[in-house]
Amino acid sequence: MAGAGGGGCPAGGNDFQWCFSQVKGAIDEDVAEADIISTVEFNYSGDLLATGDKGGRVVIFQREQENKSRPHSRGEYNVYSTFQSHEPEFDYLKSLEIEEKINKIRWLPQQNAAHFLLSTNDKTIKLWKISERDKRAEGYNLKDEDGRLRDPFRITALRVPILKPMDLMVEASPRRIFANAHTYHINSISVNSDHETYLSADDLRINLWHLEITDRSFNIVDIKPANMEELTEVITAAEFHPHQCNVFVYSSSKGTIRLCDMRSSALCDRHSKFFEEPEDPSSRSFFSEIISSISDVKFSHSGRYMMTRDYLSVKVWDLNMESRPVETHQVHEYLRSKLCSLYENDCIFDKFECCWNGSDSAIMTGSYNNFFRMFDRNTRRDVTLEASRENSKPRASLKPRKVCTGGKRKKDEISVDSLDFNKKILHTAWHPVENIIAVAATNNLYIFQDKIN
Amino acid sequence: MAGAAGPGAGPAAAGGDGDDSLYPIAVLIDELRNEDVQPPLESLATVEETVVRDKAVESLRQISQEHTPIALEAHFVPLVKRLASGDWFTSRTSACGLFSVCYPRASNAVKAEIRQHFRSLCSDDTPMVRRAAASKLGEFAKVLELASVKSEIVPLFTNLASDEQDSVRLLAVEACVSIAQLLSQDDLEALVMPTLRQAAEDKSWRVRYMVADKFSELQKAVGPKITLNDLIPAFQNLLKDCEAEVRAAAAHKVKELCENLPIEGRETTIMNQILPYIKELVSDTNQHVKSALASVIMGLSTILGKENTIEHLLPLFLAQLKDECPEVRLNIISNLDCVNEVIGIRQLSQSLLPAIVELAEDAKWRVRLAIIEYMPLLASQLGVEFFDEKLNSLCMAWLVDHVYAIREAATNNLMKLVQKFGTEWAQNTIVPKVLVMANDPNYLHRMTTLFCINALSETCGQEITTKQMLPIVLKMAGDQVANVRFNVAKSLQKIGPILDTNALQGEVKPVLQKLGQDEDMDVKYFAQEAISVVAQRLRKLDFPVKDSEVPRAPGAEKNHFLRPRVPGEDTGKGPTYRLHVNTRDTLVQLEIAELVHFSQSRD
Repeated sequence: MAGAGGGGCPAGGNDFQWCFSQVKGAIDEDVAEADIISTVEFNYSGDLLATGDKGGRVVIFQREQENKSRPHSRGEYNVYSTFQSHEPEFDYLKSLEIEEKINKIRWLPQQNAAHFLLSTNDKTIKLWKISERDKRAEGYNLKDEDGRLRDPFRITALRVPILKPMDLMVEASPRRIFANAHTYHINSISVNSDHETYLSADDLRINLWHLEITDRSFNIVDIKPANMEELTEVITAAEFHPHQCNVFVYSSSKGTIRLCDMRSSALCDRHSKFFEEPEDPSSRSFFSEIISSISDVKFSHSGRYMMTRDYLSVKVWDLNMESRPVETHQVHEYLRSKLCSLYENDCIFDKFECCWNGSDSAIMTGSYNNFFRMFDRNTRRDVTLEASRENSKPRASLKPRKVCTGGKRKKDEISVDSLDFNKKILHTAWHPVENIIAVAATNNLYIFQDKIN
Repeated sequence: MAGAAGPGAGPAAAGGDGDDSLYPIAVLIDELRNEDVQPPLESLATVEETVVRDKAVESLRQISQEHTPIALEAHFVPLVKRLASGDWFTSRTSACGLFSVCYPRASNAVKAEIRQHFRSLCSDDTPMVRRAAASKLGEFAKVLELASVKSEIVPLFTNLASDEQDSVRLLAVEACVSIAQLLSQDDLEALVMPTLRQAAEDKSWRVRYMVADKFSELQKAVGPKITLNDLIPAFQNLLKDCEAEVRAAAAHKVKELCENLPIEGRETTIMNQILPYIKELVSDTNQHVKSALASVIMGLSTILGKENTIEHLLPLFLAQLKDECPEVRLNIISNLDCVNEVIGIRQLSQSLLPAIVELAEDAKWRVRLAIIEYMPLLASQLGVEFFDEKLNSLCMAWLVDHVYAIREAATNNLMKLVQKFGTEWAQNTIVPKVLVMANDPNYLHRMTTLFCINALSETCGQEITTKQMLPIVLKMAGDQVANVRFNVAKSLQKIGPILDTNALQGEVKPVLQKLGQDEDMDVKYFAQEAISVVAQRLRKLDFPVKDSEVPRAPGAEKNHFLRPRVPGEDTGKGPTYRLHVNTRDTLVQLEIAELVHFSQSRD
């Protein structure tokens, strides 16, 4: 298997164990809606970790340099910058409230000392620059030290402003605002490998933008039927191929994935590949279609595979085989008997995301009760871990969890009925090279890493 | 000079951020053009805002010209090298634009270094740098020795043209134009054509689009022989490309391509190798392709001559005049003059008329607007008789269109027609019809009469204006709708200069005075404005004074837009806010009104 191996055994085998590193966020039980984390993303080097929340804020954590005086402390992530990315708005033409919730964050490859990221809510995408400043210019001609403009008639001499050192300040400034291109809610953004374009997808359309042009975008996919009553599926996620600038995929609520080649035509309404697994007629039920809806699609770093997450499973597809996935991992199969109640409490519509480790040898995705799952693709081993404050002692190993599926409940096992469905892990991220993971559990961000032997 | 501040302020600002705000500084330094500004420009050339970088590079290029060859090598080339080996792509992209300016004057050893740097940027890891290198490849090739072009530029070109990134490959097409100009026919065939052929068949439509878009330049660069052997077949493929964007780009180039073919054998080539493909495009499925073709196809008639045009092109024109897409029809109509020169427009008039009528009645007002714009052109091509017979009624109908933009355009159209056909025609054909509308029950149509008079009076001259138009305008001063009344005031102000003193004094002034006491404040306002203008004119006629001494009317140049109203709405509701204005100018004004009302809504 190409690209597999290395990177240890992330699923908790013999090689190493996951251990607790940090937890961010308030401890108290009642959670403010605005504090709920809605997206987590490492940058390309892994030194920065960004989270977005329902309150429209973006918090960026930076990994501290290894400290020689404390040899056992490995680079911890500390707050680097916090800023309000989106504000609640009101669309007066359509009488719609536009939430400030950050749906996705995507980093741009680093191009200079500053860092850039795209953040989006339902309608508007913003390009942010996060830069450091340790000098300050003083002695401007046109304004006072406190920033007030001076009366131009009283300026009699010109002086050269001088730079004075100051405490390091991290600034986030909005560089571009890409607005008014989406009628429906944006669910995905993805930066192209050409480093000059990106796509944004909503329920029915995908648009292509140039990072420097805000007043124009090209519609590349439009699945809106002429008559909305004929609508049978929506776009749930979309992503560019990591290396091939012309290839992107989008997933649908019917559990299918379409791969489009932008070389073949300007409008990619016709896909070049169509990935679909034939349905097993024996397991067909009222919920079949709902649970087959894909909530996330991610290319592997190698670009050879892609991974899709549906309600109960995560699947790995080889881009060269459209007929069925090469791997299917069950995330929480024990919920199959509970679909009825999950439908009633709307949990069945939760959108779980998934992610690859740096070497594509393992994958991770979330579940309920603050559990998250890891699958080793080589050994086929899997593990359930829990993000909880109870074992949040520094470098405490994470104990594998087991859910009891009927019969007699063994010690350490948790019964399906006692799972807390309000504690769900939807968003996770894996450091691009190291075994460090970030797991968003409601308003808390947990960071785990492998134990040093 | 301010030069002292420039270099000092430059690096300070460049070190900070808010790069858009750096742009003025980049421009400023550009204007200073001093050797000392090199360091700040160097740091501006590395910022991430493209506009700032581009401007800094532009300035550095200019500075390089001011350097002596020795100073160039001592100060400028090191800067270019630093940029070219910078950590971030921003500095490396900027470097790409600087090689070509320092190369020609550098020593041989330095030249080799510069080439080496350029080579490495062409295979840079980041696509941004490769794009920058590809876009400067042609420019760089032009300053290189021919041997180096063959041995170094061509391989770089070949590599960039097969880059994995579409955005790099398509820029290589542009470079191809410059490189092709430098090489002999034999070298071209061996070194460039394989790559160009490959680009014309690239998997990515964006690259093929670029080939189509640059086709005329490529054609000129490779010369007639290769054009006939290679480019024509490539063009045929582009005209039937599976992507509509590519077909449209190629269709745009049809006329230029044909024009630039060698005269000898041109007709045969077009008839046999191009026309069959054009015929296909006339019934293309994509309207942008059809409209691109329609915008140039008429130009072929001058190239092919009368007989071919009648036999082969005319059916295509006629088909396009019946096209379902209005833009196609409009494009044909807008280029009628080309055909008129070759075969005369009569050949087309049979089909032209239904097409025009249909466009004139199109449900989309923008389409109607577009056809109105072409009316003066059509009128001059078709002549007054045909016009009176077929098109005049259309022009009149637009005056009562329900969209204001159309009525306005129709009014201007009348003016242009009168300029073409003369005042006598106006008096017989246009003016009576316009004046009849003054009695229309719809106040919007009555206003159109006034707008037409505004537009026509100057062209029609004093006699028609005084005898035919003025009485109507004056009569309308008693209109029940205030919008009409204040437009009467505005019209009187407009036509005032054309009238003689007697008419002004005897007819215009009393009416304006009456309007100046109107119960509606807008009417009052515009009447007063007109009065002051008319009064000035009367004074000037009696006691000529220099223009500069003429007191200006208060607020005459203010832009007051019309307040939309419905008839009958204008009851005497008092203004909520009044502003007293000292009227200081003319006696006439003092006689009439002490107050000017401004409504708050105007602000």
